Amino acid sequence: MVKELMTQINKHAQQLQAAIVSNNRVGQYHQILIALGEVAALCKPGNFVAISIGGATSRMILQRAFAISRISAGTMELIIAPLGQGSQWLCAQREGVKLDLIAPLGTAFGIPTQPVHALLIGGGYGSAPLFGLAEVLSARGCRVDMLLGASTASKIYAPMEGKRSVNALRIYTEDGSMGTAGRVTDPIRDLVAGSDLGVIYSCGPMPMLAAISSILEGTDVVHQCSVEEAMACGIGICMTCVLPVKGADGSIAMLRSCIDGPVMDGSHVQWDLVGKISS
Amino acid sequence: MSAVDFSTTIGNSWFATPIFTASGCASSGRELAQFFALREIGAVVTKSVMNKPRSGRPTPRMAETPSGMLNSIGLQGPGIDAFIAKDIPYLLGEKARIIVSIAGETIEEYTTLARKLRAVSGISAIEVNISCPNLENRGLVFACDLEASRRVLDGVRRTIGGEVPIIAKLSPDVSDLVAIARGVVEAGADALALINTLLGMVINLESGRPHLAGKTGGLSGPAIRPIAVRAIYQVHSSLPHIPIIGMGGVSTGADALEMIYAGASGVAVGTASFGNPRAIVEIQNELKALLEVKGFRSLSSAVGFAHREENLRDESE
Repeated sequence: MVKELMTQINKHAQQLQAAIVSNNRVGQYHQILIALGEVAALCKPGNFVAISIGGATSRMILQRAFAISRISAGTMELIIAPLGQGSQWLCAQREGVKLDLIAPLGTAFGIPTQPVHALLIGGGYGSAPLFGLAEVLSARGCRVDMLLGASTASKIYAPMEGKRSVNALRIYTEDGSMGTAGRVTDPIRDLVAGSDLGVIYSCGPMPMLAAISSILEGTDVVHQCSVEEAMACGIGICMTCVLPVKGADGSIAMLRSCIDGPVMDGSHVQWDLVGKISS
Repeated sequence: MSAVDFSTTIGNSWFATPIFTASGCASSGRELAQFFALREIGAVVTKSVMNKPRSGRPTPRMAETPSGMLNSIGLQGPGIDAFIAKDIPYLLGEKARIIVSIAGETIEEYTTLARKLRAVSGISAIEVNISCPNLENRGLVFACDLEASRRVLDGVRRTIGGEVPIIAKLSPDVSDLVAIARGVVEAGADALALINTLLGMVINLESGRPHLAGKTGGLSGPAIRPIAVRAIYQVHSSLPHIPIIGMGGVSTGADALEMIYAGASGVAVGTASFGNPRAIVEIQNELKALLEVKGFRSLSSAVGFAHREENLRDESE
């Protein structure tokens, strides 16, 4: 298994100059569409893109990694929160600007061969790639439910057109400004106990992913989570984005979230060791 | 076809081009192979390998800084046995030239690594990394101690000297770099790699603590390039016959040429690959074109150009 992965590192990744088709503000986020041409067909839900920031004379020398939100007709959609300097630069770029990028990178969400009941859980703008995933799952005949959570209403990303593939959508905000007051992880235990749920797909802050994994311990529900760890390169050469993951033989290895992730099996990630394990 | 002889020689190893990956910036080589053929460049310098598998430091391991970055990986790696079994055959299969970088916690570990590599064919040189800033104990940075540096190189030389060129990778974080360079050359280094990263720190104002889990990290990228040029220039002045592989923030062919003028016979590309996986190939092409534009018949005729008397004449007049 490992050997197979090793020969496939960055197998579909292409470096290209790709033009911004549109850039629109949606609440606290920017929806940016980028023309990828034939490369778009290689992108799957869960994959990410690495984008150069600031042009040739930039003092920001590292790529920025973004989850690919959706793919349609040769175009890639990104949902970006302009929080850091790099994402602020990207959100300020207009239609027609060419970006130097590499896509697709990383692992994709596994799609079940048989229709199953799937629960998609998104925290903040972590919900973005889940809508593209929902379309794929729904087309396969899966029942798709979704839980979205954020600290406050303005940080919920839930586009109208994205909801079409979702059977039931519940929203949680910590301040109660939208949906139910509370955390997105609050209802999971009851949902797992009282249903035929087969798989949970999650994307959001690491503590949320860790909490979901903890709730699912001892159950048969598969947890595919998209992890988030700071990357310098996105292509597997810098070794900065590692996470402690238990392998089939029980040993714990520091795996790169850009090559062995971002989509990982939540039950394999050693959440309590993140940021702690040492040689 | 270009008329420039682009080849370079490090010890008794010949390389078709003078552009290498910097150790720790190409992982196993497989990751970059999607973006260019590894045999196109001078050599792949592998990530410094230790005797045992090593998980490295906890995260966060990285902080971007102005025109640079800090890393605190802590020499994560598979260990020499798995490296020899898996990574070397892969690189040979890709027809890449290989420079193996080794790192140890003790003088004996370096000797053990050299002994294990002696049995492996297809290696063009060994880089002895005595300057990694990310080991648990800064006291282990051999390159900060003249006597320890000499003893490491002496052990490696006794084990493998004469069979493959030995390159000592040095730290600029010392008060007398030339003395260390002279010492390791006397002890058996055939060539020098200048420079490793410099020790730095970023403090996270949210947490009020050092951002990296390992607190300190190695600073790389264009921010350190002038330090590298200075180091190469100083060492080449004192040891003009010792080949130097220059590195530290090279991101264009012009940057590479600057190091060659300072005295480097080869140039390694590291952090630039993080921002652009084809950077190394682009730098190689740019350098070749620049040498041609400047009228050099060969790379070797440009090495140390900044030191030449005839170039100083204008200044003195």
